[in-house]
Amino acid sequence: MSTRPRPPGPRTGLLLLPPLLWLGVAYLGALGALFLAAFWTTNEFTGDLVRVFTLDNFRELFQGSVYRTITLRTLGVAVLVTLVDAVLALPIAFFMAKVASPRLRRLLVIAVLMPLWASYLVKAYAWRGMLSTSGPLSWLGISPGYGLTGLVITLAYLWLPYMILPVFAGMEKLPDSLLEASSDLGAPARATFRRVVLPSVFPALVAGSIFTFSLTMGDYIAVKIVGGPTQMLGNVVADNYGVANNLPFAAAYAIVPVIVMLGYLGIVRRTGALENL
Amino acid sequence: MKRATTLAIAAAVGALVLTGCGSSGTASGFKAPDVPMAKKLGANEGAVSILAWPGYAEDGTNDPKTDWVTPFEKATGCQATVKYFGTSDEAVNLIKTGDYDVVSASGDATLRLIAAGDVAPVNTSLLKNYGDIRSFLKNQPYNSVNGQMYGMPQGWGANLLTYNPNVVKPAPTSWASVFSPTSPYAGKITPYDSPIYIADAALYLKNTQPSLGIKNPYALDATQLAAAVAILKTQRHQVSEYWSDYLKQQQAFENGDSVIGTSWQFIVNLIAADKKPIKAFVPKEGSTGWSDTWMIASKSKHPNCAYAWLDYIGGPAGNAASAYYFGEAPANAKACSVIASTDKDPSFCTTFHAGDEAYAKKLWYWTTPVSTCLDGRTNVKCTTYADWTQAWTAIKG
Repeated sequence: MSTRPRPPGPRTGLLLLPPLLWLGVAYLGALGALFLAAFWTTNEFTGDLVRVFTLDNFRELFQGSVYRTITLRTLGVAVLVTLVDAVLALPIAFFMAKVASPRLRRLLVIAVLMPLWASYLVKAYAWRGMLSTSGPLSWLGISPGYGLTGLVITLAYLWLPYMILPVFAGMEKLPDSLLEASSDLGAPARATFRRVVLPSVFPALVAGSIFTFSLTMGDYIAVKIVGGPTQMLGNVVADNYGVANNLPFAAAYAIVPVIVMLGYLGIVRRTGALENL
Repeated sequence: MKRATTLAIAAAVGALVLTGCGSSGTASGFKAPDVPMAKKLGANEGAVSILAWPGYAEDGTNDPKTDWVTPFEKATGCQATVKYFGTSDEAVNLIKTGDYDVVSASGDATLRLIAAGDVAPVNTSLLKNYGDIRSFLKNQPYNSVNGQMYGMPQGWGANLLTYNPNVVKPAPTSWASVFSPTSPYAGKITPYDSPIYIADAALYLKNTQPSLGIKNPYALDATQLAAAVAILKTQRHQVSEYWSDYLKQQQAFENGDSVIGTSWQFIVNLIAADKKPIKAFVPKEGSTGWSDTWMIASKSKHPNCAYAWLDYIGGPAGNAASAYYFGEAPANAKACSVIASTDKDPSFCTTFHAGDEAYAKKLWYWTTPVSTCLDGRTNVKCTTYADWTQAWTAIKG
């Protein structure tokens, strides 16, 4: 009796329809509409949309040096936050996966997840209090105040769980025997870390970095709360839409992070990290 | 096949977006489109949809004791729905949906609403309380066109030079203390976060650099705008925070993160109520300010209830309640005695200088910069709000 799988019939198609609709209409459709709007303009006085094809928005984006500065600043903050999170996540995840007892490990996983239960806004405002010139950090003699430094600290705190969790999962998959073999062969801890641990958790680090990097690229609320006068890419998009009522320009600028993320994912794919996840 | 389906759906969405194209306005300079004005009132429609600044139309949901919408509903039979907005630009966006009957518009939104044909001229003879409105709020450049009023004044306030007297010594006398490149309070200065703040810099330049020839801080040609942008770029390095959320500014002043900057009487009162050191005044150069007007949407589905709301909110009781709650000078002259008796606050109108025309004259109310210079110059084109918006992004850098 043959057990060849039946070819996909209409029922399979029906099953796929809702997710396809979601992908097509809600996701790609919204992006498509955004892309279209980027080629329109607004009446400068009444703010009405003028639906005539124009490249003015992109011309302004490339000619205005301020947008280049803001894009580079945003990229810099995203890279910095990702690095800080990676440096913090590696030892924490290693301890959780390899050193802690199963009981402690469970507690630590809960501790890492706990901040995710609180609202993003609550955490950002908590850092506003921490960074204030009369806040707890200043009692310790550190007072970065509101600005870029405070922003990097806050964002690194906010996204840290998104880095720890994949790295922890990666560390758990790493067999203890490899670490033992490395030390049996006389490798010092540093060499074991560099030549055994790091290469095997690299895909997990990359996965975590996709979260921290993209979340930072798009953030504009924390910037308003702890960033002081700093402007990031998201703020310019939000201000152009909400304040200046210039949806087309906001759309044009919003395409920049999409391109950056596509580029980033392209590089990630080349490293082969995605296949190893 | 999957790919083709996705593409087809995306194309369909694109087509939908495209067919959504209506006709768009083509006004480039300022002109008031021909929108019909009500000649007489009919029966109330039983509903009214209100678009307002937070605190202008309280119906008791925030605080059961704060409710002046319900008495209006009982008196007129117009069931009110209230939507609050956060910025003038949000209001301009929302009114275009056609879902709202009335809007409380500040001067930097009013002309844009009028020019887009989004609001209708208001027949003030149909508003029995209009006579009590203080005369210096009527027929102003920001709420009328060629002598035709476009709404019912609500109230006004000044952008005040505000400082922490424990830190800022000696007491400042001029806006120079926030615009000087060598301010001792660098890193603790807090300006208002809106392109309209460029007018504050222009007002300062009007007094300190007469050679620029600034007559009206909202009528800046390219050179004058560049000068204002230059001092704002210098100021940027001394800014602790640009504020638009009044609670955050209150907190920054109370914690000492900001010690000097622009603020409103309303916020100053909140800080003083927390027993924190704060002082605010209008410096010798004068000040920018805001003056709000209730306007009626041209697409209003309930024009009679809209008129009823304007008459109520501009009347002694409604105007007193809203201005008292928001913390601003009420437009209606009779509102002061209502506040004195109902809210037991006889000094309120003195604090807000409600009847003080000389004080009000020192203020330059927010208005939308347009290419036709507001100061009457015809030999030069002025910069528009769109230019200001771009400049504002560049200033913050």
